[in-house]
Amino acid sequence: MSQVFLARADVRGALVGLVLGLALALGLPALPGVGAGLSLRTLTVCAIYALAAAGVGVLYGRLGLVSIMQIGLVAVGGWVTLRIYHATHLPFEVVMVLAALVTAVVGVLVGLPALRLSGLSLAIVTLMVAGALEVLVTYAGFPNGGDGFLGRASGGTLAAIMPRPALGQSDDDFFRYVGVAVVVVLALLRWLLMVRPGRTWAAIRQGEAGAVSLGVNTVAHRLFALAVTSAVTGVAGALLAASSGILDPASFKAQQSVLLFATVLIGGVFSLLGAVIGGLLFYGLPQLLSTVGVDGNLVFVVLGLGLVQAITTTQAGIAGQLGGLWRRLRQPRPRRPREVTA
Amino acid sequence: MSRLTLSGITVRYGGVTPLDDVSLAFESGVCGVIGPNGAGKTTTFNVLSGFALPVAGSVDLDGDDLLAVPAHRRARWGLRRSFQQEQVVRTLTARENVLLAAEHSGSPAADVDRALDYVGLDRPHRLGAELTMFERRLVDIASCVVGAPRLVLLDEPAAGLDPAESEQLLGLITRIPEEVGALVLLVDHDMDLVRAACGTVAVLDFGRRIAAGPTLQVLGSPEVRKAYLGIDEEVTA
Ligand SMILES: Nc1ncnc2c1ncn2[C@@H]1O[C@H](COP(=O)(O)OP(=O)(O)OP(=O)(O)O)[C@@H](O)[C@H]1O
Ligand SMILES: [Mg+2]
Repeated sequence: MSQVFLARADVRGALVGLVLGLALALGLPALPGVGAGLSLRTLTVCAIYALAAAGVGVLYGRLGLVSIMQIGLVAVGGWVTLRIYHATHLPFEVVMVLAALVTAVVGVLVGLPALRLSGLSLAIVTLMVAGALEVLVTYAGFPNGGDGFLGRASGGTLAAIMPRPALGQSDDDFFRYVGVAVVVVLALLRWLLMVRPGRTWAAIRQGEAGAVSLGVNTVAHRLFALAVTSAVTGVAGALLAASSGILDPASFKAQQSVLLFATVLIGGVFSLLGAVIGGLLFYGLPQLLSTVGVDGNLVFVVLGLGLVQAITTTQAGIAGQLGGLWRRLRQPRPRRPREVTA
Repeated sequence: MSRLTLSGITVRYGGVTPLDDVSLAFESGVCGVIGPNGAGKTTTFNVLSGFALPVAGSVDLDGDDLLAVPAHRRARWGLRRSFQQEQVVRTLTARENVLLAAEHSGSPAADVDRALDYVGLDRPHRLGAELTMFERRLVDIASCVVGAPRLVLLDEPAAGLDPAESEQLLGLITRIPEEVGALVLLVDHDMDLVRAACGTVAVLDFGRRIAAGPTLQVLGSPEVRKAYLGIDEEVTA
């Protein structure tokens, strides 16, 4: 069943997602009642984390690779963004692309030793890297316009923030800016899944020996996947830095990477809709619970239950169940009374 | 036409020696590699694909040292293979499966449709998951003939098929040498299929070559009959 959601041939589904995504990105701020449960600022951050979630989802769903360092890579993207901005004052879009490239290099460097071994070794190495990155950003802090390589200004008065991009000054415009950026990046990722790299990743996931016998250099293609997903995660870091102009090391704890992996599993790893759901669960759910006055730790209980549900019932997650519902709604009368799956 | 020579190949996995100083020569057409379960047939294919590294011996195809080519470069070099358990990618369409084989072996994409026509698979835009076992075996064959293969290895290509389907597959396999000019090695337990497809066979037993030569002559020899009687006893016991 889950295989249906992995089908790269589904061009129409991708186009529907693209149109709906753009409509949502541009139209949501104008809708009345937005901000009732979750503020537009919260939804903006959810959309940003959807990119990090997409990185996790593609690695796991398409290649069977477990990466537990994605939040650390968001921090890398954010750090590089702030560092380059304060040093050069280049336009945000240029800084964002540079940050994505640097984050891709970091991702590949982490994967290089691990991918020669097994999928499990990547999980262990990335978890350790997540811990190391947490320590590093806690110690070094994020650049705020000061001198030296770390770019830290000592006294509070000297600290500078990075302004939002020209096209996204107000909260409404910044949501639209982030929304369009997220949709564009997800669309590029979706395209990549439908062409040669996506085909190759599918073959690797199906079986190492089969892929090699077709002529696939599996290490090179896994590294390429790591580069692409890390770049996407670096974009998330850049957008996060732009949203408030400064970043707080406390947001990038290693446990957050574990939490993100869990929310992506719940959202669904076989479609990019799952990544969007993952972003909402990861950042939106805790906010929602705290606004209605529920203890923050309950998040772990809710997500724990969700994880058990996702793993035991369907591997396609919430996105997969929504997809199944959609297909059933479109075919009101099945020809056979009920398909028996043996 | 190609000539493939394996000389003194020995493979060890810990205490097991699945191939023990095996020398084989194959020349043109479809050649059989037979033997009881665990004889070392798949291991022989794994040596040729680069999945099993021999501790001794060499492999030569028309003057090229095959063992010097890294496993993932061998498709580009002209090697194709199918597996005992077919490896059709479930999440790609049949056509995408063959396209993948073309892309990574450096073959023109235009060749994909020729390969699909060759096996006669209809509606190639269905997902691998939606294909029948027979159709997946057809995709396997199509992936093996795409581009300009020099050596095609088929490991029990008819496993899990009914007699009519095996018959149809047999026709496709026997035409591969004339269609694309490749040498074909065929592993199968179905002796009728082997007799119909292969001009020559090599017989392995417990990692050693026990016979080789023209098919009818080899299958009639007492030693080969004994090797197969061994299986029958195991099965009925
Ligand atoms: N990776 C491995 N590690 C250890 N032993 C192995 C490995 N691969 C194969 N063997 C052993 O080598 C021997 C030969 O196996 P092989 O798969 O080549 O047999 P085969 O002739 O293909 O048999 P079958 O007809 O059952 O497919 C068997 O005893 C098998 O258990
Ligand atoms: Mg075998």
